[in-house]
Amino acid sequence: MNEADAMPGTRPASKPLTRGEMAARAARDIPEGWYVNLGIGMPTLIANYVPFDREVIFHSENGILGMGPQPEPDKINRWLVNAGKQHVTLRPGGCYFHHADSFAMIRGGHLDLCVLGAFQVAENGDIANWATTSESAPAVGGAMDLCVGAKNLWVVMEHTTKAGESKLVRRCSYPLTALGCVTRIYTNLAVLEVTPEGFVVTEMIPGLSFQELQSRTDAPLKLAC
Amino acid sequence: MIDKFVRSAAEAVDGVKDGATVLVGGFGAVGQPLTLIDALIEQGAKDLTIVANNAGVGRVGLARLLDLGRVRKVICSFPRSSDPVVFEELYKAGRIELEIVPQGTLAERLRAAGAGIPAFFTPTAYGTQLADGKEVREIGGRSCVLETALQGDVALVECWKADRWGNLTFRDSGRNFNPVMATAATLTVAQSQHVAELGALDPETVVTPGVYVDRVVHVPYGDP
Repeated sequence: MNEADAMPGTRPASKPLTRGEMAARAARDIPEGWYVNLGIGMPTLIANYVPFDREVIFHSENGILGMGPQPEPDKINRWLVNAGKQHVTLRPGGCYFHHADSFAMIRGGHLDLCVLGAFQVAENGDIANWATTSESAPAVGGAMDLCVGAKNLWVVMEHTTKAGESKLVRRCSYPLTALGCVTRIYTNLAVLEVTPEGFVVTEMIPGLSFQELQSRTDAPLKLAC
Repeated sequence: MIDKFVRSAAEAVDGVKDGATVLVGGFGAVGQPLTLIDALIEQGAKDLTIVANNAGVGRVGLARLLDLGRVRKVICSFPRSSDPVVFEELYKAGRIELEIVPQGTLAERLRAAGAGIPAFFTPTAYGTQLADGKEVREIGGRSCVLETALQGDVALVECWKADRWGNLTFRDSGRNFNPVMATAATLTVAQSQHVAELGALDPETVVTPGVYVDRVVHVPYGDP
């Protein structure tokens, strides 16, 4: 069974969400009519969970609006890839444009939402998602442009690293991608808003207490009223 | 009679000098002018600065140009790929310079060069390592970084159809950096999948007007 297919109801209480479940949870909150850019990795999965009849228009940095799902293996168009260089399709109504127009769209504030992965998000909305000190050659792609340009910036990421370190921090220790721009975070344990008062928890997985969530989080948390 | 078509890829890249800044279109492998890159490898220019979104895959094309030691510096947004072996080797050995540029800033620096704008302010990268040493100014309540135009000596682009005046159309996401790079170089060279008779391209579909294009070479390699 694919992890993305796991049914929430079959999980024991307090089991962290899978990557597919996190993507599905974020997808639920995207309204019809929004223009949305999904970062590579887990955010890309979100498109799989937006029903076709809820018309969300996906943007890809390399010049696509109205990007559709992966093609059937015998219908691949090798001229049509997404930002992660995976083959995709174009929905009816979709269109193409060049890179400078694509980033003018991003930087000009025309996209309603961007969803990115991250190494760390700080309580003031700073995001670090492009480089860690261990990497040899850094690579930034379009992350810095998306962070400052999108009207809403959501992050989808595990709550902690594999070593158990919190990814929601007081101040980012990794190189910053952008300052004060993250508005909401979906983790495998909770949904949090980034507010002037710091992280506010709006949702937790069943069976997890606020104290348990706080104990796995470096930055102080508040519970939404 | 104007005819920008040349007979061979070798002729298309003739005259590229050592030390040149070469803009290379494409996003990953899509829309990359592979035949022109191979011709540049044969042509022999060295000490090049390559401007491209990526820094090559495997050991062919751009990666081979790097592997042959012909590139002094890479200016790109994302040097990683599914197989960035050559770039990683050179980078770890300290044998290549790397300038990382946010992808939108890269596109805009090229656009600015093509549009005669020497520099511009943008909020992108403010407060990050990529703004180190750059002038910062607060404009309209936002902190912005001064970025300069990125002009090429040569642009190598790939298109779908071209006519003898150098009007170009593109295919799907193969458009990517190609049109903006075509505007930003002293010498713009296009490899085209198809040749169109003058007047056969619907003027509404021309993405790159021929004013930006100096040479075109016909490189058919099959429809999708």
